[in-house]
Amino acid sequence: MLSGILVFNQKGENLIFRAFRSDCRPRLADIFRIQVISNPQVRSPILTLGSTTFSHVKHENIYLVAVTKSNANAALVFEFLYRLILLGKSYFGKFDEEAVKNNFVLIYELLDEILDFGYPQNTETDTLKMYITTEGVKSAIANSPTDSSRITMQATGALSWRRSDIKYRKNEAFVDVIEDVNLLMSATGTVLRADVNGQIVMRAYLTGTPECKFGLNDRLLLDNGDSSGGKGSKNGGISGPGGKATRAAAGSVTLEDCQFHQCVKLGRFDSDRIISFVPPDGEFELMRYRATENVNLPFKVQPIVREIGTTKVEYSVAIKANYSSKLFASNVVIRIPTPLNTAKTTERTSQGRAKYEPEHNNIVWKIPRFSGQSEFVLNAEATLTSMTHQKAWSRPPISLSFSILMFTSSGLLVRYLKVFEKSDYSSVKWVRYMTRAGSYEIRF
Amino acid sequence: MFIGFAPYASPHSSPFSRTRQGKVAELRQELNSGGKKDKNYSAKKIALKKIVANMTMSNNDMVALFPDVIDCMNLPSLEIKKMCFLFLVNYSRMKPEVALKALPILVDDMEDTNPLVRALALRTISYVHVREFVEATFQPLKRLMQDNDPYVRKTAAFCVAKLYEHDKKTVENSDLIDRLNRMLKDENPTVVSSVLASLVDIWGRSESISLTIDYVSASKLVSILPDCSEWGQSYILEALMSYVPQDTAEALLLAERIAPRLSHSNAAVVLTSCRVILYLMNYIAEEKHITSLCRKLSPPLVTLLSKPPEIQYLALRNAILILQKRPEVLRNDIRVFFCNYNDPIYVKVTKLELMFMLTTKDNISVVLAELREYATEIDVHFVRKAVRAIGKLAIKIESAAKQCIETLLELVDAKIPYIIQEATVVIRNIFRKYPNKYESIISHVIRNIDDLDEPEAKAAIIWIIGQYADRIDNSDGLLQDYLATFHDETVEVQLALLTATVKLFIQRPTKGQQLVPQVLKWCTEETDDPDLRDRGYMYWRLLSTDPATAKQVVMGQKPPITAESEKLDPRTLEELCLNVGTLATVYLKPIHQVFRAARPRRLQQSPALQRPRVEDGTASMLEYNPPSANAAASSTSNSGLATIITTGNPISPINAPPPPNFPVSSNPAQGSATASNTSSDAISAADSYFNGIGSQQMASLDLGGRSDGGAGGGGAPQTQFVVTQNQQQGYQPQYAGGAATGELLLL
Repeated sequence: MLSGILVFNQKGENLIFRAFRSDCRPRLADIFRIQVISNPQVRSPILTLGSTTFSHVKHENIYLVAVTKSNANAALVFEFLYRLILLGKSYFGKFDEEAVKNNFVLIYELLDEILDFGYPQNTETDTLKMYITTEGVKSAIANSPTDSSRITMQATGALSWRRSDIKYRKNEAFVDVIEDVNLLMSATGTVLRADVNGQIVMRAYLTGTPECKFGLNDRLLLDNGDSSGGKGSKNGGISGPGGKATRAAAGSVTLEDCQFHQCVKLGRFDSDRIISFVPPDGEFELMRYRATENVNLPFKVQPIVREIGTTKVEYSVAIKANYSSKLFASNVVIRIPTPLNTAKTTERTSQGRAKYEPEHNNIVWKIPRFSGQSEFVLNAEATLTSMTHQKAWSRPPISLSFSILMFTSSGLLVRYLKVFEKSDYSSVKWVRYMTRAGSYEIRF
Repeated sequence: MFIGFAPYASPHSSPFSRTRQGKVAELRQELNSGGKKDKNYSAKKIALKKIVANMTMSNNDMVALFPDVIDCMNLPSLEIKKMCFLFLVNYSRMKPEVALKALPILVDDMEDTNPLVRALALRTISYVHVREFVEATFQPLKRLMQDNDPYVRKTAAFCVAKLYEHDKKTVENSDLIDRLNRMLKDENPTVVSSVLASLVDIWGRSESISLTIDYVSASKLVSILPDCSEWGQSYILEALMSYVPQDTAEALLLAERIAPRLSHSNAAVVLTSCRVILYLMNYIAEEKHITSLCRKLSPPLVTLLSKPPEIQYLALRNAILILQKRPEVLRNDIRVFFCNYNDPIYVKVTKLELMFMLTTKDNISVVLAELREYATEIDVHFVRKAVRAIGKLAIKIESAAKQCIETLLELVDAKIPYIIQEATVVIRNIFRKYPNKYESIISHVIRNIDDLDEPEAKAAIIWIIGQYADRIDNSDGLLQDYLATFHDETVEVQLALLTATVKLFIQRPTKGQQLVPQVLKWCTEETDDPDLRDRGYMYWRLLSTDPATAKQVVMGQKPPITAESEKLDPRTLEELCLNVGTLATVYLKPIHQVFRAARPRRLQQSPALQRPRVEDGTASMLEYNPPSANAAASSTSNSGLATIITTGNPISPINAPPPPNFPVSSNPAQGSATASNTSSDAISAADSYFNGIGSQQMASLDLGGRSDGGAGGGGAPQTQFVVTQNQQQGYQPQYAGGAATGELLLL
């Protein structure tokens, strides 16, 4: 497993060096600096030299590097590095060079706790915050063995993500359904790829040890093939086109796949399709899902781009909102690429503002509020400087970013969220839906 | 105050500009300041924090403070203790004698009433690679393995593996490993998973210890999975690889119980579950169960594509691997692997490989449109791969060849030099694959001859000129242009020129007779390259022996080529499938080539083990080279070429003593006459030479050689020829130690 964790800034200064095994020698820091940080040719997050492998992730302005020997579990290494970033963010707000430099001791302390002999240990923020504390907060366990064993139970228990003594006067749970809709449209207007990556984020402020049950209007595609041998089909995983039609009629959504937070009882989900869990306190990502059928594309973009000779490009880009007129999208930004040798541009828009950004070779068209069913047009012209060596323009795709509240591209809805706790309190639940642009690209 | 003086003190004004001693002294003073007034030791804490901050940042100067830090170690503050321990772990190796002073404190702390302190002390003492520390750990460790606190027990479990790293012998001679084994019965799942991680770690570094898990234990382990942390789940899943199913029903049941883990949000849990399920499938008999399990593997792999790019990359590399083992996985939709404009290059390139693998004649149109799009992107390496992929698809899917060629020609018309070069290479391969079918486009290709400046592309166009010398009007003129700079070309191009000139001569003797003697002379007398010289001699002798045979040999039927990505050989595939999710899957190479120290894994025999069916290559597996030879061959070159090296052996002895009366040296000026001049010397020399070399090998030799890639290859008749490329500007895995580099599955 991991031999060491190193953190560098962009200049290549080694900020953190923690070895977990004797094969992690200090000179490895120099090797990484030379081979990766000061090497502009780097094209992979993994570098193996001899028997040493450096796996790195860049975050803000720091490099987080895991050193491993032999054939380590790479998935675990990267998941761990990302978890470290998450922890850093939750402790310091922002995990960057400054945060590292201000918190050397705490970071070393954390590393000592979350890795033993290079094996990741409990990395749950809530538990860690019980005994690894930031500046100013006194360590709760200074001299009390009883408190300590509460912590150790928590850190090794089955519910390592939740303290047992949580109390709220008002019990509330907020559910955010956030969808990233991806589109890739060809120049001829055919949809090459349209899918949704969804994420359900929950903020739970609930007393005690609540058991939650969560329901969606989904029909999971998992295991619905024609072979009846699969175990899943016994509980009515209907198959065949007939089944699908009835589902659509019932307003249900087909999810291609789901992945759940550690707290979800996967066994129950697999057998009964029930999402049941004891939530961590506060915010966490309950699940991720993927949908590819019947994706509602919120915007339709029709670009007409004409290159006139070698000196001019004319654009006419129309964008139409496909969602209900009761809804609106905010912060719609359309990026329209221009050739590298653009000298100047002129733009006219029927709504919003367009501006040329030479540093990105883009015309950026911003529409702060975009009501459903409306349609807007941009006309623009880019004048090109002449070049001695004429090179074809690679025409990167037009890309969109936006967010729409109370709209899901997949059609997913939360049916229910039930909270059971032995003190039987009542709780208030809130649901919010949002669709954002993932990679929403239109070629032209 | 100090700041004011800084510019005078040192020209390098950095935070560390004060002299080493100065800084150390300052910190020492700070550490010892406060005295009795410092009730909460806040001054000491601040000083220690500065020391810790300086540990990594300032070249080990802090080691001078070792004794002072140890003095602080016993202060009644956990915060201070932790910092001192950290310092100890960091510097104990440099100053073992000073470190010893800390030993009694640690031993004491292992009996503390606070479980966190006990665990901390145990964890710290076992990091110190000093003999006295290691020895002092054994006794307390045995006690702490039975501690009543699970947190201490899990720390103790890892501690055994740590001691094993420090001192194998003593651990093996003690009863620690037995005790560790007994801890598998612990009631706490976290402890059990830690014990397993520790055992697997020890197993990985030991020759003498074997790890076996029976069905009852395996079943119990699966049942505690839900109660473990995500990391603990990964450890348990890894350990399950040591369970050998004795019965196909057991394997199936376990696989189905593990399958829910595929929905976990942690990629390590997902990929390690994939590994275990793929492994268990080897022991499952019924096809329908295999199919149903395979169906469960696809969606999680695709879902990992919404994770950060590094994890996407891993998922994609593993998809390439799993697809070779179980082609039914991922068959659903190729579109999820289309590249996003902003994907990092390593993700894009891997997606491209997967797209190639998943292309069939039903989806080729969509794929071609997509590849065409990629060919206009900015990253040159990626564009080239896209163009290559189009060419390879033409070879993979015969019915789509025409479509592919049209796409290629459109791209060539864009006049971007590197696209033209790449397209030239793949078009050469297409000619090679489909003789007498698409030659109508020769003129189109030749038109761009002046844009070619890379050896591989030049070699390709020269091959085309030579092969079709009779159809290209000015073939001699074109060749002459290249011959003018013969000595400046790379060996790859020189080899191609030699062969092309000979072909020209055979097809159009009148035009070629001027050129051939000149080129043969250059190749045999004026080169330092043994391959070029060998080939030069060979042609010379061939031509001087019997022109008719020469024609048969040189213009003969060429063995067919295929475009299958270089498939992993069955042994490597089996081994890699037992390592899904590990670093080796990024390299897709035999594991011992990249990670020499890794303990090899093989499928273990059991009554339930399903032997691969005959078409899976059981037969060829038996015939397969022994691993060592195999590795040696594949590390020097690509598979096709490796065969040449072995079968072509007879060539090398010839090379040593030049035939005494060979006409070349005597009268080079009359070289053209040698073709018809059947001197008896030459005949005998040639006879001895050609003995033992079949004509077919000769045929392949005219393309063989080392790096004229695509059309090259060559080798024994039964060899499958594979279209490959040079590994120009490969990405990072290239650097993986020595020969064990590069993407194996090139596009």
